[in-house]
Amino acid sequence: MSAIVNSAGKVVDFVDQRITASNWLKRNIRKVFPDHWSFLLGEIALFSFIMILLSGVFLTLWFKPTMAHVVYEGAYLPMRGVGMSEAYSSTLEISFEVRGGLLMRQVHHWGALIFVAAMSAHMLRVFFTGAFRKPREINWLIGVVLLVLAVAAGFTGYSLPDDLLSGTGLRIIEGGMLAIPIVGTYMSSFLFGGEYPGDDIIARLYPVHILLVPGLIIALVTAHLMILWYQKHTHWGGPGKTNNNVAGAPFFPIYVAKAGGFQFIVMGVIVLLAATIQINPVWLWGPYDPSVVSAGTQPDWYVGFLDGALRVMPAWEFYIFDHPVSMSVLIPAILLPGIILTPLALYPWLEQKATGDTREHHLLDRPRNVPVRTGIGVAFIVFYVLLWIAGGNDFFATILEIPVNWITWFIRIGIFVLPPLAFIMTKRICMGLQRRDRDKVMHGRETGIVMVSPDGEFSELHAPLSQAQAYQLTWHERQLPSDPGPATDANGIPNPNYRAKRAQARLSRFYFGDVVQKPTVQELEAAHHDGHGGSDSARDELPSGQQ
Amino acid sequence: MSTHNVNPNGDEHAVVPHGEHAVVPADPIADPGLHHDELRLTDVDDKAERRAERQVAGMFTLASLLTVAFIVFYVVVGIHPDNPENGVNIGDVQVSNLTLGLTLGLALFLLGAGAVQWARSLMTSPEVVHQRHELRSDDETRAATIADFDTGTEETGFGRRKLIRNSLLGALALLPLPAVIMLRDLGPNTGGTPAQRKEHTIWAEGVRVLTDVTFMPIRAADLEIGQLVNAMPATFEALPEHGPERINERAKSPVMLVRMLPEDIHVEPGRENWGVDGILAYSKICTHVGCPISLYEQTTHHMLCPCHQSTFDLSDNGKVIFGPAARSLPQLPIAVDSEGYLIAQSDFTEPVGPSYWERTR
Ligand code: HEM
Ligand code: FES
Repeated sequence: MSAIVNSAGKVVDFVDQRITASNWLKRNIRKVFPDHWSFLLGEIALFSFIMILLSGVFLTLWFKPTMAHVVYEGAYLPMRGVGMSEAYSSTLEISFEVRGGLLMRQVHHWGALIFVAAMSAHMLRVFFTGAFRKPREINWLIGVVLLVLAVAAGFTGYSLPDDLLSGTGLRIIEGGMLAIPIVGTYMSSFLFGGEYPGDDIIARLYPVHILLVPGLIIALVTAHLMILWYQKHTHWGGPGKTNNNVAGAPFFPIYVAKAGGFQFIVMGVIVLLAATIQINPVWLWGPYDPSVVSAGTQPDWYVGFLDGALRVMPAWEFYIFDHPVSMSVLIPAILLPGIILTPLALYPWLEQKATGDTREHHLLDRPRNVPVRTGIGVAFIVFYVLLWIAGGNDFFATILEIPVNWITWFIRIGIFVLPPLAFIMTKRICMGLQRRDRDKVMHGRETGIVMVSPDGEFSELHAPLSQAQAYQLTWHERQLPSDPGPATDANGIPNPNYRAKRAQARLSRFYFGDVVQKPTVQELEAAHHDGHGGSDSARDELPSGQQ
Repeated sequence: MSTHNVNPNGDEHAVVPHGEHAVVPADPIADPGLHHDELRLTDVDDKAERRAERQVAGMFTLASLLTVAFIVFYVVVGIHPDNPENGVNIGDVQVSNLTLGLTLGLALFLLGAGAVQWARSLMTSPEVVHQRHELRSDDETRAATIADFDTGTEETGFGRRKLIRNSLLGALALLPLPAVIMLRDLGPNTGGTPAQRKEHTIWAEGVRVLTDVTFMPIRAADLEIGQLVNAMPATFEALPEHGPERINERAKSPVMLVRMLPEDIHVEPGRENWGVDGILAYSKICTHVGCPISLYEQTTHHMLCPCHQSTFDLSDNGKVIFGPAARSLPQLPIAVDSEGYLIAQSDFTEPVGPSYWERTR
């Protein structure tokens, strides 16, 4: 062990004499990393990306990114003599003639699915806990861009093997592009090198897939992590954990061991999935033939919502000066991504408008304590999941044994009705949870023991909370809706900013008007005099503060 | 005007709102301060500590064994057939995949689990608290930075020397153009506009209709009522094996022949003689976003696109009856030649496939 330490010391010495590394290391080696299961989601995304990089480089050693026509002579008998592209035949080669090749293909594909899933879950966690608030808006934006890049990486990769499914996906992309007014046919022609599908597209997607998009992802992930490091991680409030400090384990050794270990766990799980669950068996789909499609095929999960939107959109096409405008394609394929991404990217600023708050926030919100934000998030999830279900409407029709059209109609109506409903219900549930917290703080925890008073009155015995327990429920900020103030001042002179302030106050009331506030000191005292048992211990220690 | 309270810890715990604001009441419960983690079993019990140590070391050792096992499986489980004529045995590939994946996956997993377990049960690091500092630099630094920037700008004379500034901006604004222009040859330079290329297929007057896959000419009598046959133009066979032309036509020219009782067909004016004895030919390319259509329901003459379920009525000129497609399926006028084989009367009378801007009514 000490030999290792000694040689590590030599390395540090060498580097330090040249770039003063110790100074920086000293300040950072014991950097604090708070721990919570939800902080692992981003790590899963990062670690599965590393697995994708490793397996992807392995695949490049055999994969031939060309649509040149060959007659298959490889090891897979059912395809011998079939005409296909070299891309497809080299994918068969990786699968059947390279030991571990199929495993790496499956690792790469499973890794891609998990990568996008972990990123999405990470983003939801950041949203619901308010971790995107100042000073972390930049990282939120980087995250949105990363999500788009991840989907782009997945889609371009899905297209590379040039099998029947990948070709069908590209055809739908082409159809979407053609719907763009004026420039649609040109865009398609430039992308495909002429008519669809041509023989250029695989060679063009290849550098995008293995160089451009992964390069951008690496650059942005690096920025993401550097900013995270610099700003220090957010943490949950609680005894001793405030907006001005950060509590947790030191980077070295605890975080290094845990995150390093977790890296291998994520890799291990991906490899185990690849070992046991077959994914994208391209030899069953066959080479791409634009005149064939197999029923019931599904895209990768993260494209499902777009496919669903294409499915449920009613036929709608009109003409501008004799030129068709296909809204039934434009809305789901071109406008929808923008409609989803724009508010998503701008959300931190939108909420800042409501709070009017420009301070730094390092304490996370419990989702219940911001009912409107949580409601918006759940409404969005419902919207997304409905589209995603639409993407599998034939599948759901089969298992539910109902006509596909019923599901389509359910979604067409549901997409407008259910998200607002989800918003209202979620907000209600959050407020209910807040009320319960408030009651607990004021009257203590319910014990389930029912007492009968001498005059026959039943009441439940409430056990007091400890100060730590009570603090756990009250450390969050008290966010009150703002008040625009009077339209004119005392002398009757109109306030020139009044309209802006009123608009801000409205947004603020929407966000915070219904929040169930934690009790005030007076309310707490009053609750005590009611004699409900109450949180005595918490109150007794109130003025002393620290224990 | 803003108000905020300060709790006993000295940190701000209330909101500083925009506008005029009611006074934010104080927090009800004081921060009791950090409570330190309880001791772990491994901190107090030697036996537990040694057990944890064995566990961690055991996991690492097992990981090594599994890595060796991976190498053994790589060598032992072959996938290459002894005689290349025989082709690969899918079973061998699956065994290889499973053994390699299980050993490698478990090795990775145990390596990770061991490290996490080590950190959780044996590493002695205490919980650490660091103070945060406001990220914004102090006013003095900010002012100094701005002053430096102003000085630099002043030294260049960027504001005063308008001629230099404007010519520089002009040159920089033009510079991206070559990068864009150079992408021009991504698309072809001959053969008209992209839209013009979409207008025609290799169907033409007198071109025989061949069955797909086998490329046999078709007589009207070969088709039974209710039958559907996928077909291609005879001109397709002559296209070169290499190059994009063949696959491009494959994406445009496929048709479906269907035969139904003539009295079931509702013919649009102008299409009275587009069919032969109840045999009609429609483009196979969906007018929504271009999937090849494939699911035919004999009794209703409905044709469903598997991609987004647009449904077309083939007995009614290919009209859309459900789904997102907005246009009817183009119909190919057919006839019979002197030998009794089905032929096209002409190319399609409209472009096939999805709508696009130049595709006028
Ligand atoms: C950035 C994240 C990436 C994602 C989400 C991703 C996703 C995918 C997917 C889903 C496939 C289809 C796999 C299949 O089922 O066959 C694929 C294929 C491929 N990827 Fe990636 N990939 C990524 C990065 C990379 C990188 C960095 C490389 C190489 C340096 C790479 C090389 C390849 C190759 C060569 C193929 C085609 C081989 C085959 O399909 O068997 N990928 N990718
Ligand atoms: S491509 Fe046929 S319905 Fe969309």
